[in-house]
Amino acid sequence: MTTDVIAQDSHDEHHDDSHEHGKMTGIKRWLYTTNHKDIGTLYLWFAFIMFLTGGAMAMVIRAELFQPGLQLVEPDFFNQLTTVHGLIMVFGAIMPAFTGFANWMIPMMIGAPDMALPRMNNWSFWILPFAFAILLSSFFMESGAPNFGWTFYAPLSTTYSNGSTAFFVFAVHIMGISSIMGAINIVVTIMNLRAPGMTYMKMPLFVWTFFITAYLLIAVMPVLAGVVTMLLTDTYFGTSFFDAAGGGDPVMFQHIFWFFGHPEVYIMILPAFGIVSTTIPAFSRKRLFGYSSMVYATSSIALLSFIVWAHHMFTTGMPLFGELFFMYCTMLIAVPTGVKVFNWVATMWRGSLSFETPMLFSIAFVILFTIGGFSGLMLAMTPVDFQYHDTYFVVAHFHYVLVTGSLFSIYAGAYYWLPKWTGHMYNDTLSKWHFWCSLISVNLLFFPMHFLGLAGMPRRIPDYALQFADFNKWVSIGGFAFGLSQLIFLVVVIKCIRGGEKAPAKPWDGAIGLEWTVASPAPYHTFSTPPPQKDIDNADQHEH
Amino acid sequence: MSTNDEQDNLTPDENTNLSTEAKTAVSIQVSNNRKTVKKLLLVVVAMFGFGFALVPLYDVFCDITGLNGKTNGTAVAYTATGIDKSRLIKVQFITRNAQGIPWKFEPVINEITVHPGEMKLVSFYAKNNAAHDIIGQAVPSVSPGLAANYFHKIECFCFTQQPLKAAEEVEMTLQFYIDLELPEDINTLTLSYTLYDITEKSS
Repeated sequence: MTTDVIAQDSHDEHHDDSHEHGKMTGIKRWLYTTNHKDIGTLYLWFAFIMFLTGGAMAMVIRAELFQPGLQLVEPDFFNQLTTVHGLIMVFGAIMPAFTGFANWMIPMMIGAPDMALPRMNNWSFWILPFAFAILLSSFFMESGAPNFGWTFYAPLSTTYSNGSTAFFVFAVHIMGISSIMGAINIVVTIMNLRAPGMTYMKMPLFVWTFFITAYLLIAVMPVLAGVVTMLLTDTYFGTSFFDAAGGGDPVMFQHIFWFFGHPEVYIMILPAFGIVSTTIPAFSRKRLFGYSSMVYATSSIALLSFIVWAHHMFTTGMPLFGELFFMYCTMLIAVPTGVKVFNWVATMWRGSLSFETPMLFSIAFVILFTIGGFSGLMLAMTPVDFQYHDTYFVVAHFHYVLVTGSLFSIYAGAYYWLPKWTGHMYNDTLSKWHFWCSLISVNLLFFPMHFLGLAGMPRRIPDYALQFADFNKWVSIGGFAFGLSQLIFLVVVIKCIRGGEKAPAKPWDGAIGLEWTVASPAPYHTFSTPPPQKDIDNADQHEH
Repeated sequence: MSTNDEQDNLTPDENTNLSTEAKTAVSIQVSNNRKTVKKLLLVVVAMFGFGFALVPLYDVFCDITGLNGKTNGTAVAYTATGIDKSRLIKVQFITRNAQGIPWKFEPVINEITVHPGEMKLVSFYAKNNAAHDIIGQAVPSVSPGLAANYFHKIECFCFTQQPLKAAEEVEMTLQFYIDLELPEDINTLTLSYTLYDITEKSS
């Protein structure tokens, strides 16, 4: 079958505008595909399905927290929900969604015919569903799903584990292998497959952010694999990495975990920076302000992310020097991040703005991500962290950066490139409904959590003191509204795939980039011959 | 020949439809890709190793700095050059049972005062309240953590395992002295023992 297709392909080598050729039909097309666009689509759909799965868990969590007292679920099941919600959203929704963007857009943006390692690309996607099948199957086991928090602190995940640790560890191993393969592919593609004339400093910032993110993944996912392996042997093979009884140290778990964990949060936000650095200039009809400073800021954030991990551990009894070191390093990250925020604002300054849905999500991203950044700065201060630690303030902080940050950027990117992906314009009215419903509900959902945290409501609890009842009711209402609003997006996408106004090759007049030089929908194979230098120069994001 | 298959096959010679020039380009491309992949895989393996290397590194780091309150794990000889009568240090003893060990475990005296350099002997009482034999292991920790390097144990029951038969009781000794170099701002030390059931691990 494969050879047939190759033989058939070789006859019409130069007819890559034909949308159909080279594709198998039915399920085999998706199982065997090595096409970066197909794999990108798979990643994006997978991420969205996982997003809805993790979202459904969040709905149960919010329903339980709607009132004080225990109504719907047992506390242990509640812990399983919070744990798996976190794992799914981090490893199943945000990260695969970004890998989907990388697959779809990077080859087109650098004028490459495909990803450098297409077969590995297929493999790195197709092991993901198995990882999450393993993780989710533990819900149906006698032991139940992991209930020790997505951070799986030892000894909760070792000595006091409910028996789900093995499922959890193997699932994380597979997710890690998938991410590492995806990251290697991205790096090799960017290093080796750039079209002639596409120098590093001419690459779109989008490509830069994924390049740096891929390096972060390659550096820290193996550390995650190491730490879960230690958990596995501690739990089942009698080692004592984290067991004080055998000479180990549970605090060391936190050090190793957060050595992975902090770069991980930048893995989930740097690509978001790349997306909004693409959309904001397009709808401001200006070039990106300070392209080079954006590249350097992204790199500095990535480097700094390796020396701030212990700010998650201020309350473990670190000596004063350690607390000051990690506090100042953490605050230092606000500098390059501030450079980025000001650059986006400066890009919009005196631009000829229009407010299509991708732009709405991008502007919401800039404002709301900055709120999340500020609460992060508050948490960075050691003395106040002692109050905020393990409260809803932390929950509010990371949901502002991950939902209104990463997720909103994903929506911005999805609306921006949907015409290129599907060949149709999305339904504008519905997409605006999606935006405004999401915007209002997400703030109702997460903003009051700041107050709950400041008032002392701890995270990861199924029940709470009466004084938190009013805020929690509003938070839950916001949660349900936000959850339902995401279904609008599903409708928009399905409608857009099925039909709608035909999209021109470049539907946004201010957009730049090589992806707009090919037809919409993007042909199955693009840039079999490299783009002309003129197009590459036009795609340069530097201000002229 | 679709381009992704060119990258994919890694055997450009089979692609008879391609010109020689294109074949060379593809094979250069493939060997470049292989080089980069090899380098990146090396990083992956190195970082996996680094994760495990953090374990000994962590211990060495804590040993040198005395950061996490870990005291010496084996007996040391008394090497103090005298007794500093001008300082009086309060040493408090705390015991705690980890989950699932039904022993009575407590210090015989809760608190003593010592001069730096002065050797002291204190006892801890333990009784196995279970109906079966249990091997216990006490794990010490000193607070403030920075004082751990100045707290020297000449003899400690925590250096060995403590097997107790059902209903057996024992008095266990700890002999220690405090270093003359103990920082000026530390006047109180708390030595905490957590007792673990390691019957399964040691059998």
